[in-house]
Amino acid sequence: MIAEQQSIIVKTLCRLLVPFIQMFGLYVIMHGHSSPGGGFQGGVILASSFILLAIGFGLETVKQRFSIAAVTVFTSTGVLLYAVTGIVCLLLGANYLDYGILPVANPRSIGMLVIEVSVGITVMAAFVSIFHDLITFE
Amino acid sequence: MTEFVIGHFNIITYIVLMMIGFYAMTGKTNLVKKLVGMNIFQWSIILFVVSLGAKRGATIPILLDDANHDRNPEVVLDAMQYVNPLPHVLMLTAIVVGVATTGVALALLLRIYSQYGTLEEDELLETIRSAGNPSAPSR
Amino acid sequence: MKSLHLVVTSVTGFLLILGSLDVPDTGDPSSPPSLHVSPRYIERGFAETDVPNMVTAVLADYRSFDTLGEVTVVFAAAMSVLLILRGGRRRA
Repeated sequence: MIAEQQSIIVKTLCRLLVPFIQMFGLYVIMHGHSSPGGGFQGGVILASSFILLAIGFGLETVKQRFSIAAVTVFTSTGVLLYAVTGIVCLLLGANYLDYGILPVANPRSIGMLVIEVSVGITVMAAFVSIFHDLITFE
Repeated sequence: MTEFVIGHFNIITYIVLMMIGFYAMTGKTNLVKKLVGMNIFQWSIILFVVSLGAKRGATIPILLDDANHDRNPEVVLDAMQYVNPLPHVLMLTAIVVGVATTGVALALLLRIYSQYGTLEEDELLETIRSAGNPSAPSR
Repeated sequence: MKSLHLVVTSVTGFLLILGSLDVPDTGDPSSPPSLHVSPRYIERGFAETDVPNMVTAVLADYRSFDTLGEVTVVFAAAMSVLLILRGGRRRA
């Protein structure tokens, strides 16, 4: 178990940096259409923000805000969202994961956005879960 | 000979890196060093496949919003001006699979250490063989 | 024993370099990886999918089935670490 750091410089810096890291991670996921990025890269950046908080403040602080049961639920939610998008395209009459049939404007772009968000959710939750399991093993 | 080296410098560099990883995987007896060797091996393959898609005088495979690029959907782009995007895509999958494999290997190493107390390969084999398991491989 | 490992490693590296004599030069635009299906992705990617990033367009639209398999691999790795380190033994 990681204990809380004693130095006030480390604690203040971790607390100041975490919102900016999370915003940058969300930007990388959402802006994957026009700049280098996408689901995997943004998911890893979001996971690293939680790991920074755990290193600076101890694992109990992170577990109070983002419990391990919620992390496990998030891991499955991403894969489920990905598969459900494909099944929706199947029910509307096209092939599996064929986004051209969705009834919105720019259907292929919107389908890709849903895919990237689901990949980002799964990658973030998987890496936080692996980090927590590796740290709290006696 | 020199123009072979200059024309193929990427494959020679990555084969040297691959052999460093291969030596670490087979020649060291500590399990953590074997895991580091596997990681080096894997990254050399990924970098080599990404370098296969390079083109002379080409730019990155993203249509930026400036004067050089035309974001008109009617225009057919010139395939010679952009780097091949297919190796980048396939190696994204390979990177993520590599990280997942390293995570599972670290979890296995934690369990081995907590049960046997050592991470050296020859001590582990001695412990397993002396505990009465005849199917442990002998060196 | 260490010299045996060094000899095997050097011989393998030398054989690999010898086997790469026919690989085309670095940066050759007419090498086989750049010829068959990737010009189609570059030329008509933006017109068909309205996404300027060609790598994301190929990853999430043309080859989205591989990305589904990759997300499943990440999920399976997280579940494997959970089962190895946390599960198994029932705490009564």
